[in-house]
Amino acid sequence: MNLQTTSAVELQRLLNDGSLSSRELVDRCAERISDQEPSIGAFLTLSLDTAKAEAAASDERRRRGALLSPWDGIPVAVKDNICTRGLRTTCGSRMLERFVPPYDAAVVERLRTAGLPVLGKTNLDEFAMGSSTENSALQRTCNPRDTQRVPGGSSGGSAAAVAAGESPWALGSDTGGSIRQPAAFCGVVGIKPTYGTVSRYGLVAYASSLDQIGTFGRRVRDAASLLQLIAGHDARDSTSLPAETLQLGSDDPSVRGLRVGLPLEYLEHGLNAEIHQAVMDAVRRLEEAGAVVQELRLPLTDYAVETYYLIATAEASSNLARYDGVRYGYRAEADDSRGMFEMSRTEGFGDEVKRRIMLGTYALSAGYYDAYYKKAQQIRTMMRREYESAFEQVDVLLTPTSPTTAFAFGDKSTPLDMYLQDIFTVTSNLVGIPAVSLPCGEDSHKLPIGLQIMGPHFSEARLVETAEWLERQRNGGDSHDL
Amino acid sequence: MTYEPVIGLEIHVELLTATKLFCGCLTGFGAQPNSQCCPVCLGLPGALPVLNRRAVEFAVMAGLALGCRIHTRSKFDRKNYFYPDLPKAYQISQFDLPFCVDGAVSFELDGGPSEAGITRVHLEEEAGKSVHSGDSILGSTYSSIDYNRSGIPLIEIVTEPDLRSPEAAKAFLEQLRTTLQYTGVSDCKMQEGSLRCDANVSLRPVGQEPFGTKVEVKNMNSFRAVERALAYEIHRQTGVLTGGDTVSQETRAWDEARGVTVSMRSKEESHDYRYFPEPDLMPVTMEAPWIEGLRARLPELPLARKRRFCRDFSLSHDEAYQLTQSRETADFFEAAAALHPSPKAVSNWINGELARLLNEAGVAITVSPVTPEMLSKLLDYVKAGTISSTAAKDVLEDMFVTKRSAELVIKEKGLEQISDSDAIGSVVQAIIEAHPEEAAAFRAGKDKVLGFFVGQVMREMRGKANPQVVNELLRQKLRN
Ligand SMILES: [Zn+2]
Repeated sequence: MNLQTTSAVELQRLLNDGSLSSRELVDRCAERISDQEPSIGAFLTLSLDTAKAEAAASDERRRRGALLSPWDGIPVAVKDNICTRGLRTTCGSRMLERFVPPYDAAVVERLRTAGLPVLGKTNLDEFAMGSSTENSALQRTCNPRDTQRVPGGSSGGSAAAVAAGESPWALGSDTGGSIRQPAAFCGVVGIKPTYGTVSRYGLVAYASSLDQIGTFGRRVRDAASLLQLIAGHDARDSTSLPAETLQLGSDDPSVRGLRVGLPLEYLEHGLNAEIHQAVMDAVRRLEEAGAVVQELRLPLTDYAVETYYLIATAEASSNLARYDGVRYGYRAEADDSRGMFEMSRTEGFGDEVKRRIMLGTYALSAGYYDAYYKKAQQIRTMMRREYESAFEQVDVLLTPTSPTTAFAFGDKSTPLDMYLQDIFTVTSNLVGIPAVSLPCGEDSHKLPIGLQIMGPHFSEARLVETAEWLERQRNGGDSHDL
Repeated sequence: MTYEPVIGLEIHVELLTATKLFCGCLTGFGAQPNSQCCPVCLGLPGALPVLNRRAVEFAVMAGLALGCRIHTRSKFDRKNYFYPDLPKAYQISQFDLPFCVDGAVSFELDGGPSEAGITRVHLEEEAGKSVHSGDSILGSTYSSIDYNRSGIPLIEIVTEPDLRSPEAAKAFLEQLRTTLQYTGVSDCKMQEGSLRCDANVSLRPVGQEPFGTKVEVKNMNSFRAVERALAYEIHRQTGVLTGGDTVSQETRAWDEARGVTVSMRSKEESHDYRYFPEPDLMPVTMEAPWIEGLRARLPELPLARKRRFCRDFSLSHDEAYQLTQSRETADFFEAAAALHPSPKAVSNWINGELARLLNEAGVAITVSPVTPEMLSKLLDYVKAGTISSTAAKDVLEDMFVTKRSAELVIKEKGLEQISDSDAIGSVVQAIIEAHPEEAAAFRAGKDKVLGFFVGQVMREMRGKANPQVVNELLRQKLRN
């Protein structure tokens, strides 16, 4: 058994049958971390001593038969834009480099009450703005599949930690693809649930109406189980949906009769042939298993990136205004308070953050609001209708996760090149629907290709079942054992 | 040319909820600085707002009391600007869909009825409070910020430009304050900052329809200051216009000490607040029955109560107006008037002696040492002639200090008036007999001599004789 490639589901079995203790598991993760981190750099902050103590406490609970949850004792990594009490939360920014939150995010509370030790905080593009984790002001994270390449972003640290076997699973956040694209680049599974499924309380906001916490796993069932653990209503997040227990995963996944839509807009525009082929291979397998595949058009997809960047930057310009050096975070010295604001923000934020703040400020300015922000919201409403009507015809949509596989550092030299990375992922955030990315093959460089499955609101169970079926097909049988 | 002032007001009123607008922190005034805050009202990264239902109720009740229509579908918006005491660098407010619109407030001006329209009432959050080390932000070496106030619910009330004089503005504000205090949604204490007022003022030639250029006046800390600042500003603008210049659109601050307004910023420097819908809160939907439920919870409002007092208690408009200016005073009056047969007397005593005593002692009528029951008993004694009105004032003062009953005080002070005709009669008889010359003068038509006899009788009876009875008996016996 290779602990580093074993699924969380299998780890759970090992813990349950006594062949592994939580403390041993965390120790193995710590060893793997110290082995891998010099070349990967997934973590910004480690909390291994605490994690070991928590693991020992979990083992004690196991001895007493008082487990907090079925996943008690399995450690987890947390993206560093999710607040952890007493553990610094930097958002990959100079601005918050030394910020130690006095409270836990709702999801971290859930991890703790379920008995999951937190290994540490993972790297990200500064304030989750980016698609390669290159925008982190604090550290570079490399793709475990090829360390010359980026892990994707913005949750690149979490994806890399899972792919490198440093953590069985991890939390990320997804505003326009920030879970799914790094999952695709690193060859792991990522789930972005329906907006409102997971409480955002304690997630440092980038774009409030798009941000959603989700999960990474080496297997579909892992990511789904972790999602199930953190999902649920939270009164502290007014956009949190009423409690509805997520029941994810089935022992005998089936796709017979599944109506699969292939939106042509996602497959045109000179899509990389290898990625196209990998998607079509999945389509063929589904069809052979009795799924009904149909091509369809979602014309508003062509406006998705523009719409996304108007709304996201507008909200970001407001969300990030609080970093003024007054109460916490980076403070520059100046002669007066206005000067202090300006210098703190000039020195504390990186270029991409400043670029998005300026774009968003512009989009909300008097005289431009109607032409930009308001219009983007109108298109967003139209997109919602377009996707709703598509889901009257099909159960799921199948697309590539990303137009490329992992690219080399510095490869996307202009912001626009980078923004186009999000072309296939932003729509589900704009529409608020769930989406899963799972590995569906490799390109000629042995780099993983990601397949995205989207479904209507609250269709997580269907998405997970479909993804799990595809995963078993690729692995030829039981997905619990590599 | 003569000019007519056009005045509109913007009033901010803190709501009396127990907790803040978007978090569970307490709102009490005067706590240790920064002891009533949490990640939400400090704007910490990751914190999210949760709307306080009671604050919405209070805002809607305020709107209903001001005669507004309530939007059944509403939302919150972000108002973006940087300021050290604004922790998120945006204020959660309401932009284009306020809870309440199209109301009006009736008030009295120079004894006649007047009215000002209410454009809108919306709900928003307070900022923290900057405390400068020096007298003002300029010249201070540092400033501290108290976030206890951050997130306290606030309503902003915007009037139509319906007011035409500083006096009208003041009378309107007084009526507005009374109305809001009646509803119980705010204590409207200007000195504690729970009511604040800004004004927009412009001039136009009498008879001209379009408004002139308006100037916003801020920093007025009392109703008196509003009146003075507006009077100054009207005077200033009149000077500018008659001098052939144009008024520039700007924001000016009232300088209370110097009695002038000074320019704060011009129109060009004004903020672009970049309002947009608050994505962290859901739109607010209010069902009509819920709104009607709130309307049913409103108390009788001051103007209606004043009319009822005039009608049911035969009080003058002035008397009823004075009594109904505060809900507590009106309640006190009704409680006492229910126990004593003369509402007029109750009104006189509440508006007169009792008001003076409360005012001097700095005591609210709700905790008056003299209760409505005690006052009504005292007035019963006056009406029955047991004590004189003059004596009753002394008794009330004593009751106010000692909280004893009228009966006890009267007994102890021996103030009981003698109205018994026989007892007074024998003294009167003796005095007349002792002064035959003065008696003769009276009978000869010198009425003034009567005063001499009254004085003699009162002195003999140590002031306790009922003056009315003394008068009657003297006339009767002198004529015989
Ligand atoms: Zn608070």
